[in-house]
Parts: sequence; C-alpha cells; structure tokens
Amino acid sequence: MYKILEAKELTPNIYYMVVEAKRVARSCQPGQFVIVRTDERAERIPLTICDYDREKGTVTIVFQVVGAGTEFMSHLKTGDAFHDFVGPLGQPSELVHEDKEELKKKKILFVAGGVGTAPVYPQVKWLHENGIDADVIVGAKTKSILILEKEMEAVAGRLFVTTDDGSYGRSGMVTQTITDLVNEGNHYDVCIAIGPMIMMKFVCKLTKELNIPTVVSLNPIMVDGTGMCGACRVTVGGEVKFACVDGPEFDGLQVNFDEAMQRQQIYKTAEGRAYLAAKEGATHHGGCGNCGGND
Amino acid sequence: MDVLKKTPVREQDAKVRATNFEEVCLGYNGEEAKEEASRCINCKNAQCMKGCPVSINIPGFIEKVKNDDIEGAYQIISESSALPAVCGRVCPQESQCEGKCIRGIKGEPISIGKLERFVADWASENGIKPQGAAEKNGKKVAVIGSGPAGLTCAGDLAKMGYDVTIFEALHEAGGVLVYGIPEFRLPKTRVVAKEIENVKSLGVKIETNVVVGKSVTIDELLNEEGFDAVFIGSGAGLPKFMGIPGEQANGVFSANEYLTRSNLMKAFNEDSNTPIMRGKKVAVVGGGNVAMDAARTALRLGSEVHIVYRRSEEELPARVEEVHHAKEEGIIFNLLTNPVEILEDEKGWVKGIRCIKMELGEPDESGRRRPVEVPGSEFVIDVDTVIMSLGTSPNPLISSTTKGLEINKRKCIVAAEENGQTSKEGVYAGGDAVTGAATVILAMGAGKAGAKGIDEYLRNK
Repeated sequence: MYKILEAKELTPNIYYMVVEAKRVARSCQPGQFVIVRTDERAERIPLTICDYDREKGTVTIVFQVVGAGTEFMSHLKTGDAFHDFVGPLGQPSELVHEDKEELKKKKILFVAGGVGTAPVYPQVKWLHENGIDADVIVGAKTKSILILEKEMEAVAGRLFVTTDDGSYGRSGMVTQTITDLVNEGNHYDVCIAIGPMIMMKFVCKLTKELNIPTVVSLNPIMVDGTGMCGACRVTVGGEVKFACVDGPEFDGLQVNFDEAMQRQQIYKTAEGRAYLAAKEGATHHGGCGNCGGND
Repeated sequence: MDVLKKTPVREQDAKVRATNFEEVCLGYNGEEAKEEASRCINCKNAQCMKGCPVSINIPGFIEKVKNDDIEGAYQIISESSALPAVCGRVCPQESQCEGKCIRGIKGEPISIGKLERFVADWASENGIKPQGAAEKNGKKVAVIGSGPAGLTCAGDLAKMGYDVTIFEALHEAGGVLVYGIPEFRLPKTRVVAKEIENVKSLGVKIETNVVVGKSVTIDELLNEEGFDAVFIGSGAGLPKFMGIPGEQANGVFSANEYLTRSNLMKAFNEDSNTPIMRGKKVAVVGGGNVAMDAARTALRLGSEVHIVYRRSEEELPARVEEVHHAKEEGIIFNLLTNPVEILEDEKGWVKGIRCIKMELGEPDESGRRRPVEVPGSEFVIDVDTVIMSLGTSPNPLISSTTKGLEINKRKCIVAAEENGQTSKEGVYAGGDAVTGAATVILAMGAGKAGAKGIDEYLRNK
C-alpha cells in the first residue's frame, strides 16, 4: 500500500495528493508518469508526476475528475492509501538529457492548459534549480479552476496567466498569449505545451507557423504502461509510437492530433456510464433517459 | 475399459460454456484418475520424461496415483515443477510427454496432463504444500518477472536455501498466467493464485509494482540492494501489428490489450471498472494459442467471431485441443485468408476488414508451405472489432537499461540454454525474454536451468 501523506482539493474538480512511494521518488525525472489503482477492482490510471521529494520518498500527483476511476480517487483523504502506485514510466523530458550550458542559452516557453499545469511544474522547477529561467503561460477556462499559480510563480522566469473568459490575468486562449509575446519581440527556441489534446493541437498549429519547435505530452488510453498492450499507440511523423514507452513527450509538430483525439473516444460511452454509476450510486437507474442505467 | 483408449475427461457442454467464463475442462475425479493411471506400463526407460522440459518423474508419480497415494504423487511432481496445476492445464502434452508415450504407438497415450492436474488440484484442495529448504544459505537472488520462468526459478532457488525476491511490473503476480491465459482455460483464484501461494510458502517474496529498468535497474539491485545474482524472466510482451491501412481505427486492438482487459483487469466481470469492447462481429487475426484465447473470450462476451489466418488448418500454430474447443463453441475459421486493409466509418470506427484469399506455394524457411495471394480474390468481412494476434517480441526496458547485457537482432537476451548465463556477470535469463514467445513449460524449463546456473555460480564465487 502507498500512503497518502497529504490530500487536498485545489478546485472543485482538481485534486492534489502527496503519496509515499520510495522507489518512484528515488528514480523519477520530470516528464515521467505513474499508474495508480485505488483498490483491488479499480482501473489502472496513468497520471503525470507533478513533483517529487527524493529524501522524503514522496511523489506528488494532481488529477482532474474525468471518469469513475478518478471520481473514486477524489474521495481519498490524508492517511488513506493507494493499492498500487507504479513508476516512473515513460521517458524523461528531453531537457533533462541536454547539456546544461547549451540549455542556458536557450529561450524556453512553457504553455500549460488546465490540469496540464501539473506536469509542466516539475520541468520548470528542474530548470529553475539548474539556474535557467523559462517563460510560462498558464491558461484556464476561468479563475476558479486555475491551479498551482503560486508554486509556478516561484520557479518561473516570467509567468503569464490567461483565462478564456477574462476573469483573471490576461483574457483569451493560450494561443493569444503566445501570439502577443512573439509580437512583443520575444524569441523562443523551444516551446513545451501540455494540456488538453485540443489545446496542444492549436498551439502546435500556431508554433509551426511561428517556426518554434514544440514538444507536447500525450495522455492516450493505457492499460499496463510498459509497452505491452499497445492501447496508447499514436502516429508521430507517420510512424506508430507507443506513448507509454516512447513518450509521453513527442515532437508536437509531427503528432497526428485528430487521430489521437479520435482514439480517446473508444471507451467514452462505457466510461461515462461507469462515472454516472459511481457518482449517483444506488440512485443510478437510468433516470436521465439517456444511458439506460446499469444494464 | 479399453486399455488402448484414454479415460475420457468431463467437459462443460460447448453450448453452455460458450456463454460463461467457467473452466471448460472439468478434470478427472479420483476413480477416473486411478483408472487412467492403471494404463501406464511403467516403462524402465521412460520416454515421457525425455519429452518433459522440467523432467518430472512421470512413471513415479503415476505409480503413486495407482496406489492411492496422491500426496506422494504430488511430492514427486513438485520436486521438478513449481506449477503442476498450471502445467496440467496448459502444457502442449501432445508434443511433449504424451507425444513420446509408448502406449501411444498402438493406441492413445496416457493422459499425463490430466493426471498431473488431478494430483495438483487434489493437493490444493487438501492443503498440501511443497517441501521447502531445511536451511537458508544467506545469499540473495532477485528474479525479474513473476511468470512461469520467474516463479520456477524462484521456487527452485528457495528450495536450495536462497533468499529470493521476485519483482513484478504489474499489480498482480503471475505474468502471462494472469494477464494472458483466460479464466476458462486457467482459473485465476482457484489455480494460479494457489500455485503462487505455494511458491511464497517456500519463502519467496514478491514485490509488485516494480518495473525493473525504470523503478530500479539491475545494476542497482546488484550494487546497492545487496543481491548476489539476478534472473531475468521478463517475458515477451510487445505486441506486433501488421502495418496495414486502418490499423489505428477505433475498434482495433492487440490481443494483449484485449486479453489483459478481460483477464488481469477482469473486464468480463460485471463489477470490474475496466471497459472492454463487446463487438457484434469480431475478426481475430492470427492462428496461435493467443488468437484462440482472444477469439473464445470475444465469443463469451457475446460476439460473432472469425479467426482470420493466412495459412491452412494444418499449419495453425495453436494446440489441436484449443482449435477443437474453439470450433465446438462456434468460432468461424476463415483460413487461407489475409487482411489487407481495415475499413473505417466516417467517425473512425472499424466497419469491416478487407481480406485476400491465399493459396499454399513452396515451403518457406519455417518448413511450412508459403502462403501466396490469389490475384483478384479480395473480399470484405463486415466486422466492428479487429483483434491482432500476430505474436509478441521482448520488451527492451531491461536490455536498454542494463550495461553489458548482450541482445540478438530479434531483441532477445542472449543466454546459454543449459544454465541461463548472460554476457553480464551474475545475471541469468530465461523464458520468452530469451527465446521470443513460446510456451509456459519451456519458460519453466529455462527457469529451472537458470536456478541451477545461479546456484553453481554462487557456490563457486
């Protein structure tokens, strides 16, 4: 069992947990992910690592409730435990492997959308600890669902917050802020964009025009997370890759986002039913007239 | 009783079992087992043992069954095998022990597999455990992977007095026995979990959720965690695809994914949270045991199922018993047929599979007649699900993170057959990670050889 040392709600739909997982904490790097299970019957849920403390042996995860599995997870409290917590999985960010002196010369732009702010954080923090300041754009639909602003501010060179509805910071999508920054004369050597698939698609469309190499982190459907099932296959530059072992980060300008978004739909109906069943419990009888309840 | 014929074994009726996940074969009872055992002529120079990759004393245990000493029979088997209830069910006996049986020359061979299963199940029901080591020798061995190779190697080493820890990447021990082979062929709680408990009762520790190569490396196990030797039994888990158009469509799965969802994640069960596609019509591409397992799983989930295989029935790599069971249950075999394209609807879901008819030409390097396309014979099978069962290759997670570990061009770890020794000192390997996808019993044989190799190495160190 993997003890939860701290659990808190960041926004009504996004949760933060510090979990004791010594092996993962000892070997993980920014960009990698873990797979968790709440109990013996639960699904295996992949989550990008948000932070880690090698000395304390802890790993921090941040997740949004999107289905039955994450709904169950959101009820876990400080002192509870995960049944399973495995990792680190996937490849670390390329940044980690680059020569630090070379890296210091580069202008790096991070673009985080929604809960994607969580996996961006350890990369910005890692750069900060290595004396590199990066620009960070954080986008959220509205002010109330903005996460990790203070934490990000502490490690980012410059932080630009934007909300779709203009309720906080700048107004508009993250692509607007990228355009503004470039128009203001900022030059970027590389962009790292992590967020909803649709956001990453449009960021890449823009950065391609702006000639900024862009890295994205994909979160397709996975089962084992070790390369065994092939559920997470994505097409990058015309080649089939497994996000769990070849990724999760890829050259965003080469990713076939339309196909990736289509593949995310495979279990949408089944997941939706399970989510409603989990949320509504015994009252889930198909009263909505749409899903037919548990049958 | 006709001594030339096997004592028949009871099975679930084909029509009934096609709708449930209960075990197909019901096994012998005591009387039937004794009757079958009495057919054994106890050859002095037993050929059956030569056909067994772990060299079980077959005439020895059958003699005990004849004399109603089932516990004695179990102790004889468990001297050589850590997983008798598994082997009695999934070994290809027809090409191993039973294939060499003298009785088989004139009549049918002894049902060695069914007798082994009877003995193992009896021992399990009566709480009989294998006998462990008298004394520990204080040396630590790490075993990577808890499938047939790893469990066998760990069990043998524990019996020799080693302190053994198995590292398993998934959340449950058993490897392919748990994620690959379905419940209706190999019950998980009643059979697999019990056999794993037996291995643990020998003192073997199992740490799940450890991906060696990621969570910890082999060098760290040897240099920082105090292990004296390592056995790699990590299997061959990477799925192959055909590379034909439409393979990325929604509704195309690897057999690994489909079976893992159903077996490991229990998606066939109503109360599991893992979803699985329950297609109306399913095409399973391939003709091996895994293809049969995927097809028969889909059938039980309510689908009409087609096996699409490019050679003829004679070349089907699956066990005869599995093909026979699949046909009885109503699987449709589209033989001499090869997929060329998967057709998608406007939303990206599978709506059919375009195939071409094949005919057999000259023998190829495998010795089997090479299938060649029949020009102009393309046709479409309307399906909404395609399961690719084209074999697997070893996972590079370990080889790519272990300095000095030699691999061959098929990405398999290079290891000596007789003792599992690799190019790296103190590291041994066996099973599918070395040979590529093969059978449970061959992996067990390699696990045994690895245990012997490690014991020799550590005693001379």
